Amino acid sequence: MLIFEKSSPGRTGYSLPELDVPDIPLADMMPGDMIDQEGKHLPEVSELEVIRHYTKLSQKNFSVDTHFYPLGSCTMKYNPKINEEVAALPGFTDLHPYQSEGSIQGALELLYSLEQFFCELTGMDRFTLQPAAGAHGELTALLMAKAYFNHKKEKRSIILVPDSAHGTNPASAAMVGFTVVQVKSNEKGNVDLADLERLLTPDVACLMMTNPNTLGLFEVDILRISSMVHEKGSLLYYDGANLNATLGKVRPGDMGFDMMHINPHKTFSTPHGGGGPGAGPVGARGELVKFLPTPLVNHDESKKLYSLHFDEPLSIGRMKAFYGNFLVLVKAFAYIISLGKEGLLDVAHLSVLNANYLMKALSKSFHLPYDRTCMHEFVLSIRDWKDKGIRALDVAKRLLDYGFHAPTVYFPLIVEEAVMVEPTETESKETLDDFVQALICIREEILNEPEVVHDAPHKMPVKRLDDVVAARKPVLHWESEEL
Amino acid sequence: MKYTPHTEADIAAMLSFLEKSSLDDLFADIPCDAICNKEMNLPPSLSEMEVRRRCEELAGKNVRHRSSFLGAGAYRHFIPSAVKTITSRSEFYTAYTPYQGEASQGTLQAIFEFQSFICLLTGMDVANASLYDGSTAVAEAATLAMSETRRKKLIVSKSLHPEYREVLSTYLGTGGKAEVLPLPYRDGAVDLESLKSLVDKDTAAVIVQNPNFFGVMEPLQDIAAIAKGVGALSILVIAEPYSLGILKAPGNLGVDIAVGECQSFGIPQSFGGPYLGFMAAQGRYMRRIPGRLCGKTVDRDGQEGFVLTLQAREQHIRRDKASSNICSNEALCALAATVHLSLMGRKGLREVAEQNIRKAHYALEKISAVNGFSRKFSSPFFNEFVIQCPHDASKLTAMLDEQGIAAGLHLGRFYPDLSNCLLFCVTEMTTREEIDRLTAVLSGLSAAVRV
Repeated sequence: MLIFEKSSPGRTGYSLPELDVPDIPLADMMPGDMIDQEGKHLPEVSELEVIRHYTKLSQKNFSVDTHFYPLGSCTMKYNPKINEEVAALPGFTDLHPYQSEGSIQGALELLYSLEQFFCELTGMDRFTLQPAAGAHGELTALLMAKAYFNHKKEKRSIILVPDSAHGTNPASAAMVGFTVVQVKSNEKGNVDLADLERLLTPDVACLMMTNPNTLGLFEVDILRISSMVHEKGSLLYYDGANLNATLGKVRPGDMGFDMMHINPHKTFSTPHGGGGPGAGPVGARGELVKFLPTPLVNHDESKKLYSLHFDEPLSIGRMKAFYGNFLVLVKAFAYIISLGKEGLLDVAHLSVLNANYLMKALSKSFHLPYDRTCMHEFVLSIRDWKDKGIRALDVAKRLLDYGFHAPTVYFPLIVEEAVMVEPTETESKETLDDFVQALICIREEILNEPEVVHDAPHKMPVKRLDDVVAARKPVLHWESEEL
Repeated sequence: MKYTPHTEADIAAMLSFLEKSSLDDLFADIPCDAICNKEMNLPPSLSEMEVRRRCEELAGKNVRHRSSFLGAGAYRHFIPSAVKTITSRSEFYTAYTPYQGEASQGTLQAIFEFQSFICLLTGMDVANASLYDGSTAVAEAATLAMSETRRKKLIVSKSLHPEYREVLSTYLGTGGKAEVLPLPYRDGAVDLESLKSLVDKDTAAVIVQNPNFFGVMEPLQDIAAIAKGVGALSILVIAEPYSLGILKAPGNLGVDIAVGECQSFGIPQSFGGPYLGFMAAQGRYMRRIPGRLCGKTVDRDGQEGFVLTLQAREQHIRRDKASSNICSNEALCALAATVHLSLMGRKGLREVAEQNIRKAHYALEKISAVNGFSRKFSSPFFNEFVIQCPHDASKLTAMLDEQGIAAGLHLGRFYPDLSNCLLFCVTEMTTREEIDRLTAVLSGLSAAVRV
């Protein structure tokens, strides 16, 4: 039942102080024909009904706090609770973005420190913390690339992306008006250098990639790729989604990347929220720094003052009103200072250990398209059971019955019936072993009673949902029967 | 503080299983000599209590003013405590994007309810699951209009939030993708005569804000009609959605697309983010709107359920042909707004809106009675208004700051012709005492400044 269906005229769930100024009629303050006499038909429910309604809804969800989420490319690591607590401090939540600079020194210091940490971890020179999500960060960097080449009076209209790239890469490029061309992957799962050589014309603005790539494999030729790209005067962009694998150990700047984005809601433990809010800080090196969106946060050592810096004539402008998803950034800051140097170094080591452990444990029962050491994630293929009518999607749904959120399925596109697994470093060996056991059981089911897998899930609040009917006859909001 | 559970024994057992002798062996693929980081200059790890202490120290260096008259796209509204109770449930905030619908019915139903609230408020047929904020929502709407009409001219009101206009300009970039024509204001509202002369058959959209940046109520029905007359889309931007507590739903006034900001509904000012963008449109634009859409469906047993739908518009399916690149949006903020609106309900939305407009008018009356201060625009307004000050408005705001009062925004920051004006915002959170105190302080300062 929807909250609207629980409404009863006259019920209220709020309170306000009495009006303490004259009760002037609305028509004395505004034109009568602008007044909505009837009012909006919002529901009328009590606080208890609201609490009960949404609490029960929450109980229908899987979440990191209740379930293992081995989602490749998402880095569903544990979200520390101290982060939630500090992000709720009134000294942060109650700040208006237009308060005087003298009254926001703590906030500016936090943003400045966070930027310093990001630069140290990635080898970039400066970061903008303004973008609201990874895709927003990609868009920012591509707008910067466009501005950079315009400034140099060079016409470059192509963006190269590997065929294994995340969908936001080509989508972002298209939004800026670039043409997207795909670079093939070789049989080892890396960027095909011959294909890259062929495609690297003077018309290429940028190669967008991630390292490790979306197959969880390190691009071993990265230094060669970097020189190939830079020789042609193009730029190299790092999609930060897989930063967890090499955090602090190998810096994108040292691999030759010119610009990058970070996903704090992946690498830096800020919660996914069911689909945001995240953030998409963008880092740049050398020449590109002056194209970053404004404002940046600057620090005057002598006066010990932090300030918002707007005066950058070559800046692309502004990507969002105000300064960024500040409270999300507070959580990333808390995470970094909490882990510190030792803890941050552990992230890469243990996320890669967990992934390799899982991969080897599963390799006996499932097809591994790339048989080499993986980094923080790996890809399986479920193509072997097509004759039984079983696809990756069915395995994903059956895993729900075993109490695990499914891994990422059907991505990257270059693997048939792909299942991408990323355990992250915060999961224990016991959890990984349980996950392996569940998959082995499912494999048995596929061989002996495939309908159980085909018709899964069986134990969730709903059974398999019908996507087709949802798209054919879209019902996208509640409508009152009274109308 | 460590969040990794691995003991020495765990690591040893796992390495043994992998037939590796050390963790570094797992990184053999990496040409380490060439690129591994030698030295990371980062602070040592802190315990939880030290993290708390450090963050409290930073929070303590910020000022929470005793009273604030700042608005301008970020609003101080009452948030019932029950909102936080729900949004801090980790089944909501540590959940992933609801791609696996069967494991996400809580999140999905909440999104469906959010979409429903937006449709109820705006009178539109379709609303998405959220966008980043009001400013980027404007950019997405402009893109939609240009692709829908295949035209390149955008008429953009100068009384639209200046930072929203900057974002639009950044998104449009360089290279002749679009032409932006500024629409002047007269007495704080859109100049309809100018609008009539600016629209033509090349106009993709007319973009205005209501109430606008100055708090003024725009003549929406006329604006929508003028746009429609040349086949252009009318895009309404709402930065203060509580205004819908007393203003008519734009969908019923002929407006094509409504976008804006829902920060007023259950989200604290947060130093500017995360906020909550929304987009709502007439039914005919359903398949063009960007962002996630949650739809109703049934499961295998015929039971009602919810699922992300019309995903063929989105980046993970269409890639470079997608209507937008948006992936993560503002789901948890949308949940906050949904819970907030459920609590406030039909009566609360109205009562808050009425308190806002009445308190704002009281404040205007008191402030404009102070010698040297006057009402700048005679146009009707909701909860923000512009005051012309006797002298240097920025000096005035500094003096008020010293008295613990965050003054209205100094408009000279964005509008050179309004350099001695302040934009005051008054909400249901502002008490009569605060307004009276502001007036008293202004009287005192006015006497001092006028030398």
